[in-house]
Amino acid sequence: MSDTLLKVRDLKIGATVYPPGEKPHDIEIVHGVSFDLERGKVLGLIGESGAGKSTIGLASMAYGRGGVEITGGEVWVNGRDILKSPHGDIRKLRGGEVTYVSQSAAASFNPAKKIMDQVVEAAVEQKKFSRKEAERRARELFAKLGLPDPDNIGERYPHQVSGGQLQRCMTALALCPEPDLVVFDEPTTALDVTTQIDVLMAIKEAIADTGVGALYITHDLAVVAQVSDDIMVLRMGDMVEYGSTDQIINNPQEGYTQALVSVRSIEHEEKKPTPEPVLSVDGITARYKGLNFDVLHNVNVELHPGQTLAVVGESGSGKSTLARVITGLLPPRDGEITFAGRKLSPNLKGRNREDLRELQMIYQMADVAMNPRQTVGTIIGRPLEFYFGMRGAEKRKRIIELLDEIELGEKFMDRYPAELSGGQKQRVCIARSLAAKPKLIICDEVTSALDPLVADGILKLLLDLQKIEDVAYLFITHDLATVRAISDSIAVMYQGRVVRYGSKSEVLSPPFDDYTDLLLSSVPEMHLGWLEEVVAHRKMESAGN
Amino acid sequence: MKNIPISAMIGLAFTALYFIIAIFAPLLAPYGMAEVVGDVWEPSSSQFWLGTDNIGRDLLSRMIYGGRTTIFIATAATILSFVTGSTLGFLAAVLGGWADQVMSRLVDLIMSIPTLISALVVLAMVPVTIPVLIIVMGLLDATRVYRLARAVAVDIAVMDYVEAAKLRGERQAWIIFREVLPNALSPLVAELGLRFIFMVLFVSTLSFLGLGVQPPLADWGGIVKENKDGIVYGIGAALYPAVAIATLAISVNLVADWVLNRTTSLKGGRG
Repeated sequence: MSDTLLKVRDLKIGATVYPPGEKPHDIEIVHGVSFDLERGKVLGLIGESGAGKSTIGLASMAYGRGGVEITGGEVWVNGRDILKSPHGDIRKLRGGEVTYVSQSAAASFNPAKKIMDQVVEAAVEQKKFSRKEAERRARELFAKLGLPDPDNIGERYPHQVSGGQLQRCMTALALCPEPDLVVFDEPTTALDVTTQIDVLMAIKEAIADTGVGALYITHDLAVVAQVSDDIMVLRMGDMVEYGSTDQIINNPQEGYTQALVSVRSIEHEEKKPTPEPVLSVDGITARYKGLNFDVLHNVNVELHPGQTLAVVGESGSGKSTLARVITGLLPPRDGEITFAGRKLSPNLKGRNREDLRELQMIYQMADVAMNPRQTVGTIIGRPLEFYFGMRGAEKRKRIIELLDEIELGEKFMDRYPAELSGGQKQRVCIARSLAAKPKLIICDEVTSALDPLVADGILKLLLDLQKIEDVAYLFITHDLATVRAISDSIAVMYQGRVVRYGSKSEVLSPPFDDYTDLLLSSVPEMHLGWLEEVVAHRKMESAGN
Repeated sequence: MKNIPISAMIGLAFTALYFIIAIFAPLLAPYGMAEVVGDVWEPSSSQFWLGTDNIGRDLLSRMIYGGRTTIFIATAATILSFVTGSTLGFLAAVLGGWADQVMSRLVDLIMSIPTLISALVVLAMVPVTIPVLIIVMGLLDATRVYRLARAVAVDIAVMDYVEAAKLRGERQAWIIFREVLPNALSPLVAELGLRFIFMVLFVSTLSFLGLGVQPPLADWGGIVKENKDGIVYGIGAALYPAVAIATLAISVNLVADWVLNRTTSLKGGRG
């Protein structure tokens, strides 16, 4: 047998699309991709959403998801073309020779069954191991993946372990039947950075120990650089560049790859604080109705006009709750907010129109932040009408001005949100908030749902608009690269408290507190061997303690 | 209009036919509604296409006028139930809190009594006229529409664009009619067809039980009641209104299915 585990030749994948108001028709989403994967190697597939990377991953199991069909080419696994194999062979292949780790473990595990039952299911079903052997193997894998209490964790239900642990359980599930190839489909994307690092290391070690081949699919080049031997860059179903990890990271040939490597290289000079802050949050303590503990504890931050305060933290740290308190959606239990020199009423009903106009908000998911039944013109025009009483030609002129400011232009005026791309949607949301001529915009994870290059464009736009409109941003994010790119001051939040607060240079220079150190060191960096360095560094530190 | 499936086409054709007959009943009916023109239960002939009924009136004319009454009452009651049900349902979803609780529990209370029983109780106490029938049927059915409208609107009310409208300072009416209503319309429109058919069945049932449309006014349920004794003697007069009710129900359902398929994303907008 040759050493080539997976050989893909001229793979073509098509799908039927159902555009509203038109006849359904077939399109091609992957246009003839070829690659080889040797036994025990890892190939990283990277690209933006719609690049076809997950589709290619699933094709290596001869599977097309949701109306997707493999229309041409060859996929050779262990020396046979699986696209021509009979159905019974494919059954043995899936879950036996080739296994799959999906992005959201929480959505993929059956909540009604114990973890162990699900981890051993494929191995037992495929008659690779007896139930007893499979369970022993699963416990070994749990230990190898660094899960706590590996002997008993299988007896828990999926909701009884954390997200990072569940993702590792899923890796154990994929490795349990001793497959030859594992397809990892964005396994760490849904995790916090501090959790991601552990899962990433566990996956990397498990791959090395078991000697399986792997396809690692992600949109994050810095992550894929840590685990893969080769990288293939995809865009719109075409291969852009294919080479060793070293070559792609350090010496990218194609313009698109170069852009991906140098993403987040925005330089932003930090501004000095002014005497009069536009927003000051004093001693805010808040809890949600029905909870018996506080979600925010005594939060104090200030934001100066025309500047950006980044609020950083993991999920559950209370950063979005802070935004809800400032907007008045969640009245605090204690503390007060001063905005533009006047005290803000704690709840929304007590605020006047001027308060509402000067404090705008941009959301994470641009597609649910806009009414799908309104055109872009209506969406941007409504604040103009509502706050300034603009009508007719005057309103139209201002909408066009705003559309030009967000680099879209007049032709977008009559489009519906469904007809826009993710980045364009977010731009329209920015225009809607700018239309109110605000003093402060709260940006809640505005770039997290976007592809890296698109997110970069949005950040640049926000910085440019800040110069023109002199608006302050309260920028909520979990992404430290974004923070470096855009902020003047930073508040690091952890479990409802601000653990570190100050100007950007202060917060990002040592000495660090433990949490900030952990957070900063967990952000994947675009160079080889970063993962090992961080893990070695942490081991040394914990040995020192 | 070119991509209408054959089933929806049939449904549309029959529904349209029934409505046209209802609207132009006085022009189409060969005899007067309550005119006694022949013998009791005459078989169909060139003079009386469907024969005559239990006291010698032309059955075809009775059917045409009866359809007019039945369809008019059902339509009016459907409109009433949709306007009240959906407005209150949206309001409950947007307001939330105790207003939602009060309205929803009240609706639960009404729904816990079988609709037919409550209708019979009310109609036994007040004089049965067509406006009373429409109001009783419409309000009882509004509880169903309320439930659906509230369920749909609750999902929409938590969307970020509704929150954005609240943060902008918009009034309740704007949020209900401009933000929520356009997005809740498709499931409601699909439900409209089904509720209309339930109304047809409801008014026919009431008439059959004698508490609906009062004689000599014709309606389909009433015609079944008047002629049901003939079935024993092999006279099928009671079956014509039954067939009319069944075909109308099926054709409206075919149209409703098509609208549902087109407008909900449940099936990816296909079909």
